[in-house]
Amino acid sequence: MRSSDFGFRVAVGAFAAALLLIVVAIAVTLVNDSTLSIQKFGLRFWGTSNWDPVAGEFGALPFIWGTLYSSVLALLIATPVALGIAVFISELCPNALRAPLIFLTELLAAIPSIVYGLWGIFVLVPAVRTVETAMPESLRALPLFSGPPLGVGMFAAALILAVMVVPFTSAIAREVLRTVPPSQREGAFALGATRFEAIRAAMFYARTGIIGAVMLGFGRALGETMAVTMVIGNNPQVSLSLFAPQYTMAAVLANEFTEAADALYLAALIEIGLVLFVITLFVNMLSRGLIWSMARQASPRRSVLVPRGAEA
Amino acid sequence: MISARTATPRKVLSALFVAACALCVALALVPLAFVLFFVVSQGIQSLTVEFFTHNPRPVGEPGGGMANAIVGTLILTALAAAMAVPIGVLSGVYLAEYPGSRFASAVRFAADTLNGVPSIVIGVFAYAVVVLPLRHFSTLAGGFALGVMMIPIITRTTEELLLLVPNALREGALALGATRARAVFTVIVPAALPGIITGVVLALARIAGETAPLLFTSFNNRFFSTSLVQPISSITVQVFTYAISPYEDWHRQAWAGALVLVTIVLVCSMAARVAAARVANIRGR
Amino acid sequence: MNKIVMCYLAVALTAAIAAGCGGSSEPVTANSSSGAGTSQALQINGAGATFPYPIYSKWFSEYNTLHPNIRVNYQSIGSGGGIQQVVNQTVFFGATDGPMTEDQLKAAGGRILHFPTVLGAVVPVYNIAGVTGELKFTGPVLADIFLGKIKKWDDPAIAKLNPGVTLPATDVTVVHRSDGSGTTYIFVDYLSKVSPQFKSQVGVSTSVKWPTGVGGKGNEGVSGLVTQTPGSIGYVELIYALQNTISFGSVQNAAGEFVKGSVDAVTKAAAAAAPNMPADFRVSITNAQGAGAYPISSFTWLLLYEDPKDKAAGKAMVDFMRWALTDGQKYASDLGYAPLPASVVMLEQAALDQIKVS
Repeated sequence: MRSSDFGFRVAVGAFAAALLLIVVAIAVTLVNDSTLSIQKFGLRFWGTSNWDPVAGEFGALPFIWGTLYSSVLALLIATPVALGIAVFISELCPNALRAPLIFLTELLAAIPSIVYGLWGIFVLVPAVRTVETAMPESLRALPLFSGPPLGVGMFAAALILAVMVVPFTSAIAREVLRTVPPSQREGAFALGATRFEAIRAAMFYARTGIIGAVMLGFGRALGETMAVTMVIGNNPQVSLSLFAPQYTMAAVLANEFTEAADALYLAALIEIGLVLFVITLFVNMLSRGLIWSMARQASPRRSVLVPRGAEA
Repeated sequence: MISARTATPRKVLSALFVAACALCVALALVPLAFVLFFVVSQGIQSLTVEFFTHNPRPVGEPGGGMANAIVGTLILTALAAAMAVPIGVLSGVYLAEYPGSRFASAVRFAADTLNGVPSIVIGVFAYAVVVLPLRHFSTLAGGFALGVMMIPIITRTTEELLLLVPNALREGALALGATRARAVFTVIVPAALPGIITGVVLALARIAGETAPLLFTSFNNRFFSTSLVQPISSITVQVFTYAISPYEDWHRQAWAGALVLVTIVLVCSMAARVAAARVANIRGR
Repeated sequence: MNKIVMCYLAVALTAAIAAGCGGSSEPVTANSSSGAGTSQALQINGAGATFPYPIYSKWFSEYNTLHPNIRVNYQSIGSGGGIQQVVNQTVFFGATDGPMTEDQLKAAGGRILHFPTVLGAVVPVYNIAGVTGELKFTGPVLADIFLGKIKKWDDPAIAKLNPGVTLPATDVTVVHRSDGSGTTYIFVDYLSKVSPQFKSQVGVSTSVKWPTGVGGKGNEGVSGLVTQTPGSIGYVELIYALQNTISFGSVQNAAGEFVKGSVDAVTKAAAAAAPNMPADFRVSITNAQGAGAYPISSFTWLLLYEDPKDKAAGKAMVDFMRWALTDGQKYASDLGYAPLPASVVMLEQAALDQIKVS
C-alpha cells in the first residue's frame, strides 16, 4: 500500500474511531451512573412490573414492552408506506411532480416532535377515540381491542410514530433507489418485465440499502420521546390491547428525569436508558444477521482492495 | 394503459402496484396537511415583525418574541453540524472503503446503536460529560448533544450511498494512478453527493426539532446571548415552555415558533440541494 | 472539493467569531458571569418548578428594568430538576414546590436555605356530561377516586355530597401527571393527610405510582385529556383552571366547609399555618385549619446557598428577594397566586441575613 493511502486510511479511520469512542463513552456513562440500581435489582429490573418511586421499587418490564410494541407496530405501518413513496418518487412519478413531492415528504421530517405531540393530543387522539368507540362489539372481545375507548393508547402512539418514521425511511430508500444503475431496470424491461417486476429487480439490487433505511426508521421509532409521551397514556402496564394506555422507556425517562432527586431513583432511570441502549444493540445484531444472509446471495458490491482475478 | 384484451395477471398486478404507491404518497400527505393546517392556523397571527426582533416578555405583557431563540437555534445547529458532518461523512467513507475489517464492523454497529439511543439519553450523556465538569449549562453542551445525534444518520447514509457508486468509477480512478484519497474525494464522494446531502439534511431536520437533549445542556436563556459558555435559548425549548403554559398568547407564540422552525429547516434543506446540484454540474455529471 | 472545503471553513469560522464576540472574556464563576461591557452585567442562572414560572418571569423582568445590570435567567425544568441542579451547582439558585428532604440537603456541598416566595393551589378538574356546575368533594372521596375505589360517577359517595346534581352512570377516568411535578407533590401530600390508605399505598413524592388512570404530560397534558375525555377527573394548578376556564370542584377543608380554590382562600390557608412556621420554612400547609382556608394549597420555595461562592451573585439575589417579598408581592394575585402573609414575610427578611454576601 502506498504511504499516502496508508495516511488516508489512518486519517479517515480516526474519525470513525471518534464515532466508536462516543458510543463507548455513552455506554460507560450509562453503566456508571446506574450502578446503584443494578446492584439493588439485578436482573429483576428487566422482568418485574412494579415502578414505585416512593417505595423505591423499580421494575422496567412495562416500559420495555411498550417501546418494542409501539416501535414494531409503527414499523409495520410505516415501512410499506415509506417504500411506496420512495418507489413512486424515484420510479413512477412524472418529472414535474418529483421536486414538490420530495419537498413535501421532507416537510414531514422537519416538523418538531413536540408539535407532533401537541397535534396528537388535540387532533389524533379524538379521532382515534371515535374509531375506538365505533368498533363493533364482536371485535372488542378480542384482546387486541379490549379496554375502554380512551383515545390515548398504543394505537395513537404507533400512528404518530409511523408518521414520524415515514419521511426518514422514504428519503433514504428514495436515494438508494436512485443510485441503482439504469442497466438493472433496462435489463428487466428488455426481458419483458412489467413495471412492477422491473422495480422489484431494482429493489432487490438495492436491498441492503433499503434494509438500512428501514433500520434507521426503526431507530427513530425506538428513541422518539416527546410525541409518544403525549399520546400513549403513560400507564405502565403490559397489555396486548391497542386501546390500552401504555408507557415507553424514552417517555418515562423524559417525564421523570428532571424531577428525580434521589440517588436510587436517578440510577433506576438511567438504567432504563441503559436497557434501551442494550435493546438497540440487540436489534442491530438481528438486522446485521439479516443483511448478511441476504448479501450472501449474488452481491453487487466488491471491495476494490482485493481485486479477484476475472470477475463474472 | 391496460385494455381488456391484453390484461394479463402480471399487468394487472403491476397496475395495482403503481396505484398502491400513489396511495402511499396520498397517505403520507394527509397527516402533513393536518399538522401544517393546525400549526399555521394557530400560529400565523403571532408572526409579526416584533416576533423576530424582540426577546420574550413575561406573561401578561403583550408582544415579545423569539429573536434570541431563533439565533440560538441557528448557532446550536451550526455547532452540531460542524461537529457531526466531518465525523459522519468521513466515518461513512471509511466504512465504504474498508468494509471488511473488524474495526469497520464495530464502527457500523456503533453507528446503528447510536441511532436508536433516545434523545433524552444523549442529553443525559452530554450533561454528564460537558455540563457537570464545567459546572455550567452552555451552548457548547447543547451543540455537542445535537451533534452526537446527527452522526449516525450521516454515517450510515454516506456509507450506503458510497457503496452504491459503481465500482467502475472507483477502479477507473485508481487505474489512472490516483491515490486513494484523491479517488475518494474527487470521484466517488461527488458521485454520491446528492445522497450524502440528503443524509445531512435529514440529520439536521432530526435535531432541529429536538427539545429533550437541550433541556439539560443548553438550558435556555431569557436574554439574548451568543456566548458559547452560557446557556442559550432555542426555538424548541421555548416552544415547549410556552406550549405547556396556561396562557393563550404564549400558545400562539409557540405555534409561530414551530412555523419558523419548520421554515428554517426547509430553507436549509433546499439550500443544500441547490449546492449539491451545483457541485454535480461542475463535475459535469 | 476545494470549494466545498472553503465554504465549510468559512461558515465555521464565521460562526466561531460571532459566538466568541458575544461571550464574556472574564473567568466565569459558578453560574454567574460578568460581561466585558461598560456596565458590569451580572447573569445569574436558576432552575426549578414550573408552577411559579409565570410570576418568577414577571419578577425577574421587572427587577431587570429596575436594575438593568442584573439579569436573572430562570428556567422551569421541574422542582426535582431545580433541586438536582442546585445541589450539583450548575445553577446558582433552585426553586421547588416540595421542600427538600434531609437526604437531599445532605447531598449538597453547602447548607441550602428555603425561602417561600408565593402561594398556589391545586384544584380537581373534571369533565362529566350534563354537569356544568360545581361539584363538591371531600378529601377521603377524592382519595378513593384516585385510588380507583370509586369507579363510577353516580357512586353514592359522590352523590351524597352533591344532592342537587344528576350524576350519570359513566366510568370515572382518572387523569394524573405522567411527569414528576410539584403539582403532584402538593396533591398527594393532601390526599395522604386525609386518607391513610392513600398514604400507605401511594405515598408522597413528585412522582408516584398511581393505582389507576392515564398520565398527561404537564398541566397542558392533563387539562387536554380531561377536556376531551368524558367522565374524566384530574388535577391542575389553580391558574391553569382559571385561564382555561375548566370546571373545577370545591373541596372540604379541615373546618368542614366546602371551599373552591381562589387567591383569598389560599392566603387564609397560609395565615393559619404562619404562627407555627418552622425556622427553615419547610412546612406543608395542605389541609390547613381555619375558616375559609383552601385545603390543597402550598408554598413554593426558592433555594439559596447560605455561603455562595459568588458573593456578587449572592448579594444580588438577596437584594432581589427583599424586593420580591415586598414590592414583588403585588404582582401575585393578578397572575393567580396568593401573596405571602405579612408575618411570614417578616420571618423571611430576618432569615435572609443568614446568607453570607461578603
